[in-house]
Amino acid sequence: MMETKSDIMTDNTMLEVRDIKRDYELPAGFMKPKKTVHAVKGVSFKLERGKTLAIVGESGCGKSTLARMITFIDEPTAGELLIDGKKVDTRPGHLSHEMRQKVQIIFQNPYGSLNPRQKIGDVLGEPLAINTKMSAAERRERAAEMLIKVGLGPEHYNRYPHMFSGGQRQRIAIARALMLNPKLLVLDEPVSALDLSVQAQVLNLLADLQDEFDLTYVFISHDLSVVRYIADEVMVMYFGEAVEYGTRDEVFSDPKHDYTRTLFKATPRADVESIRERVARKKAASAA
Amino acid sequence: MALLQIDNLTVEFETSTGWFRAVDGVSITVEKGEVLAIVGESGSGKSVSMLAVMGLLPWTAKITADRILFEGKDIQKLSPAERRKLIGKDIAMIFQEPVASLNPCFTVGYQIEEVLRIHLGLDKKARRERAIELFRLVGLPDPEERLNSFPHQMSGGQCQRVMIAIAIACDPKLLIADEPTTALDVTIQKQILDLIMSLQAKNGMGLIMITHDMGVVAETADRVVVQYKGRKMEEADVLSLFESPKSNYTKALLAALPENATGDRLTTVSAFFDGNPEPAPEAHA
Repeated sequence: MMETKSDIMTDNTMLEVRDIKRDYELPAGFMKPKKTVHAVKGVSFKLERGKTLAIVGESGCGKSTLARMITFIDEPTAGELLIDGKKVDTRPGHLSHEMRQKVQIIFQNPYGSLNPRQKIGDVLGEPLAINTKMSAAERRERAAEMLIKVGLGPEHYNRYPHMFSGGQRQRIAIARALMLNPKLLVLDEPVSALDLSVQAQVLNLLADLQDEFDLTYVFISHDLSVVRYIADEVMVMYFGEAVEYGTRDEVFSDPKHDYTRTLFKATPRADVESIRERVARKKAASAA
Repeated sequence: MALLQIDNLTVEFETSTGWFRAVDGVSITVEKGEVLAIVGESGSGKSVSMLAVMGLLPWTAKITADRILFEGKDIQKLSPAERRKLIGKDIAMIFQEPVASLNPCFTVGYQIEEVLRIHLGLDKKARRERAIELFRLVGLPDPEERLNSFPHQMSGGQCQRVMIAIAIACDPKLLIADEPTTALDVTIQKQILDLIMSLQAKNGMGLIMITHDMGVVAETADRVVVQYKGRKMEEADVLSLFESPKSNYTKALLAALPENATGDRLTTVSAFFDGNPEPAPEAHA
């Protein structure tokens, strides 16, 4: 019974990572031997089409390195990467155009990830110019359509990034990532730099786009409240290892690993009950 | 007498299209030993109003206030020299970006000893001892070693601890923490907040916590001021703010928290401002 179930799942698997590893070599210095940093120490997971996997962890835990490997920016030291059922040859120069189109990434800081001297229209048109044979007029049309999809307007086509607010820039970054009709989107802390209200808008947009284009998300975040809202599956990373991996409800209701529990405990709670408790505690302390 | 009393503070900057009002008639008081949180999004003027108190705004800024009283003395009437004696000693500030606010060219030991030399006039040996004591207090491992480190040799959390150590070096009466944990991981955030709160309780400082994170507000504040576009939207004690927010804006902010999501969609702040003369947060670009 289990067999058949997993067979059906593989059919629908968008992304599979098998024991992937990444080491960085620190060069030797004077009187200092060469050192190897194991950034990702063998991570495996499977992600179904149209689902969202959230990767949680603190800085330096390897979550961004994992994202860079999934998006072919970094080559894994060992391990396999399967996208849409096909094994990806990650050696430099061996990557097909299709593969590059299938996977796109959105970065954390929308202020740093857009070229300040490039107009928004050109930002959106560039992936098409490089990867397709579309004419300039076609590209322009597609870019204008995409602007509307992400909640901006065609009038923004000729503007520069500095004319936009943080939330709007993140929308532009999302639009750019979607220009090539990707299947898999890696979002590296896409809302961490945004205000609460704008964060809500961008999260709503991401949810809408996921439905519309049947996208699969790998969502990297350190904010557990966002993860709880958006994720289907959650993976917690700690020092390069996946210490916890399961569906959202499993992880949140019954965390197995100590680190996950520490993480949950450290997350500030904004519900009335815990505030009431804290205020009462403080009163008691000051009275004593 | 309140520790800090600001009446009707307005800060304006000149732009190519005229004067831009970053803070618009805000009044704030902080009592001794009280924790006041100022919440707002970027552009709400929460940092600018505190920078005005610290005197850290560029000269192009136009600051007007009926009163900025610190322990009954009007800061605005102080001479620059008198003001310099107060700032950094009795009023100290922790900034958002710990790595950026430390000087990369000097060791952190030099930077903390500078404060001790200028404000307390300690000699070399006493400075060193006090610096080590402070580093130990903020939980930096191997304080003696750390004094000789440069900021780039330390992690963000450690740099923030150094910043806190510098801020509390002279036992300030008022500590202003401007987004002290925004750049940090949740677990480190917890440690830093616990540290600030325990120092606050121990020294009985007044603490102004500037933040955009409702979670941080919930965990630290006694009283909360909500700001939006330079204006004060609401002021309440922390419990009543979360339990029964009065202003539409506060309601919207609380509804936008992912943990308060009902169903599939998050309520956005602009949804709350429909039919309200206030423009939605993103409408200005």
